[in-house]
Amino acid sequence: MDKETENCRNVNENPCNMCMPMGAILPFKGVEQSMVIIHGSQGCSTYMRRHIAEHFNEPIDVASSSLNEKGTIYGGEASLIKGLDNLIKLYNPGLVGVLTTCLAETIGEDVERITSKYLKERELGDFPLVTVSTPGYGGAHTDGYFLAVKRMVARLAKKTEKHSRINVIVPNLSPADIREIKRILHMFKVEFTLCPDFSDTLDRPFERPYKKIPGGGTKLSDIAEMPGAAATIQMGITVDDDISPGRYLEAEFGVPLYNLPVPMGIENTDLFIDVLKQLSGNKVPESLERERGRLLDCMIDSHKYNFQGRSVIFGEPENVYAIFKTCMENGVYPVVVATGSKPGKMIELLNNELNNYRGEVHFLNETDFAQIRKKSIRMNANIAIGHSDGRYLTEREGIPLVRHGFPIHDRVGGQRLLSVGYVGTTMFLDRITNTLLENKYNSYRNSMYQKYYKKLKVAGQQLQG
Amino acid sequence: MIAMKEAGLPDVFIKEREDFIHTKGKQKKQLKCENDSVAGCVSQRACVYCGARVVLNPVTDAVHLVHGPIGCASYTWDIRGSLSSGAELYRFSFSTDLKEEDVIFGGEKKLARAIDELVLKYNPKLIFVYATCIVGVIGDDLEAVCKAAARKHGIKVIPVQSSGFIGNKSAGYRAACDALLRLIGPTSRNETKESKCVNYLGDFNLAGEVWIIGNYLKQMGIKLNVAFTGDSSCETLKTAARASLNIVQCAGSMIYLAEKMDEIYDIPYLNVSFLGLEDTAESLRKIARFFGDLKIIHKTEELIKKEVNAYSGTVQSYREKLKGKKAAIYVGGGFKAISLVKQFSEIGIDVVMIGTQTGRQEEYEIINELVDEGTVILDDANPTELEKFMVEKGAHLLVGGVKERPLAYKLGIAFIDHNHDRKHPLSGFAGAVNFAREVYSTVCSPVWKYIGT
Ligand code: SF4
Ligand code: SF4
Repeated sequence: MDKETENCRNVNENPCNMCMPMGAILPFKGVEQSMVIIHGSQGCSTYMRRHIAEHFNEPIDVASSSLNEKGTIYGGEASLIKGLDNLIKLYNPGLVGVLTTCLAETIGEDVERITSKYLKERELGDFPLVTVSTPGYGGAHTDGYFLAVKRMVARLAKKTEKHSRINVIVPNLSPADIREIKRILHMFKVEFTLCPDFSDTLDRPFERPYKKIPGGGTKLSDIAEMPGAAATIQMGITVDDDISPGRYLEAEFGVPLYNLPVPMGIENTDLFIDVLKQLSGNKVPESLERERGRLLDCMIDSHKYNFQGRSVIFGEPENVYAIFKTCMENGVYPVVVATGSKPGKMIELLNNELNNYRGEVHFLNETDFAQIRKKSIRMNANIAIGHSDGRYLTEREGIPLVRHGFPIHDRVGGQRLLSVGYVGTTMFLDRITNTLLENKYNSYRNSMYQKYYKKLKVAGQQLQG
Repeated sequence: MIAMKEAGLPDVFIKEREDFIHTKGKQKKQLKCENDSVAGCVSQRACVYCGARVVLNPVTDAVHLVHGPIGCASYTWDIRGSLSSGAELYRFSFSTDLKEEDVIFGGEKKLARAIDELVLKYNPKLIFVYATCIVGVIGDDLEAVCKAAARKHGIKVIPVQSSGFIGNKSAGYRAACDALLRLIGPTSRNETKESKCVNYLGDFNLAGEVWIIGNYLKQMGIKLNVAFTGDSSCETLKTAARASLNIVQCAGSMIYLAEKMDEIYDIPYLNVSFLGLEDTAESLRKIARFFGDLKIIHKTEELIKKEVNAYSGTVQSYREKLKGKKAAIYVGGGFKAISLVKQFSEIGIDVVMIGTQTGRQEEYEIINELVDEGTVILDDANPTELEKFMVEKGAHLLVGGVKERPLAYKLGIAFIDHNHDRKHPLSGFAGAVNFAREVYSTVCSPVWKYIGT
């Protein structure tokens, strides 16, 4: 086992991460009636919208303060104010997230000051303008995501009376995954506030009339009451404390925190279910027991096929850890584990898992696809698991890719991929197993022919001769 | 204001946007365009860097190095469908991945080291170094770093001044053209001209479109020297001064380069369009006429006859099926918009709404000539306006890019992808059929039966 940090190199060749403000847009899309404006030049926001729209197949409206040359030289206050005016007029939102770009941060815009002045001048009282400082160079999209959730919670949370609901904070999962988590919570009959909830807003049903801001999302009033919750379950075990919304609620309001991994794989899902059992005081519903049993059945049915897998896993640390665990449980042993982001607590967690493991695994942090490719070849990886940019491994090295995470822009249905809970894990495993099988069926006739028949023939000729 | 009123006032609208929206036949004043986007209006526009990258990206054997933070490079990694007959290096995304400390202390040294590393690893003849927004602010001297690197390695290292905030996509086209001019170099002026040899400007070889046109030219007895920039390379681009004619398709991005080449290398240019049967035939004739060679003219007519025979029946049959449908157009540049109006009329479809991100005044004037009374024309539109006018005008389909697609679908409207990542050619005679088929496949899909109104 060895690990590498690549953040001192001079060129990033084929990036494995996106920038901070892009990640910060996502949670805002999971809060009711919310809109985002990005303070900076027009291009950044357009690129991010394009990137997100391609994954979810949903319109992604995000405003920009459209800084031009003048604004860049003399300060962008006027642009931001005008942008807020127009955005509020066009969309009539209930909350506005104000993010920054590299440009705004570099020219030293004081967004905090501008927005509080704005609220006063427009007599908007305590309208929730949530500022998040997200210089693209300051972190990856993962950091932007959690920081945005934390800032939102910090802005809206009020000291409230204790109540019995629990907070559930989710990372960048698919809308289908969020729906599955909600289903499980309902099975335990617990009341909850799930944040951010983009299960409807970023995967909306076809309906008329079209709404510019989709319905759904976590209610602002529910976020306000998060401090009174009985507990917080945060699926963010790799997340650094300083950007952790769950830690914030614990430190500020004393809400007990259960910081869990994404419930993928049997062990991680069990952890989630145990906490629910404990918090709700209810037994595990029988139907859920049966789902677990079916997962075990699937694991046994597929174990020999899965054992053929040598996996390369990449993406956001939280997802990478979850996939890693699932692969370890099923013998799809990881040979390269990589993230383009800062790893947070991921490395430590992975090391713990590998205490008694004797295989060779390579960790790559803040890496790019050039590194991932190099290591994957060296390690003879035969299956890749991660977002669409990994298609490059297929094209160049013939390593098949099981698409998972964000973004998935060269296939449809990224928003509908289900991978959490016992049911989701079963479906995820089937995708893995079937990819391994397909690869095998595609090649085994030829490889056996090459390996044995050719030899036989040569030997035959020698005998004759 | 008038347009909004005529069309029925929307629930909300932004006063400053009024002059950017017209209804044909209703206004005396000129449409406002070629202006900065209005803050907060959710413009669909991209940046200078995007424009520059569009134009230069198809140069296949170049290293495209984005000097800036990671995002700008991340969102543009291999997102375009330009094909190559040779090198594949252009499909990689290289970034100096500037971090906080680089922003504070400057990125020049890192850039120089990045170039060294890339030269060592890939041994390229040409590196384009793109400036992103913050590079313009932290004051890196791109020019100097590139010059030093070029000298050190004996290759071309060309800076592209594409800082995002200095304008919009059009400014990026210009920055790209400047970079291309530097590549061709002033000494090429003395190159002897080859007769019957053309450069083809403004085709990025999406789904092999340059190859399609190159084949036509060949059948006419004309040599395609190099395309700007589809399937081009450092060496082929450098020979550009050899051609005796430039034909220009995507005028928005390339007219500047054509004019400059006329000025510097004495190469005249013709505007052409290979979108639609009629425009394709007309453009080929125009090229033939330019050379005035009877053999060429004869061969051209033969080619047109053969191709039109092969395809016009199919286009006609789609026309029958599509007659009476109404289209909305929202694309990047004016050239594309104009071509689309014509292509739609070939298949019997009226255009009821048309807009662009960065169309020029002259282009909007042509558009205004082409469309029917009552058609809404708009510059730098936002989703609110697109939604409003598509619904109001009863559009059956929208032509646009990736960001517009989900909006159309949510409104229950058919959609045509007319962007740089498409996987089928829309140019030439064959392209005209592809276009008709794509329109048919989306407008006449059975799925619309189930969504009600
Ligand atoms: S930083 Fe500038 S160059 Fe980069 S995407 Fe944003 S607007 Fe474009
Ligand atoms: S990295 Fe910075 S400049 Fe580039 S797209 Fe992201 S925010 Fe914009």
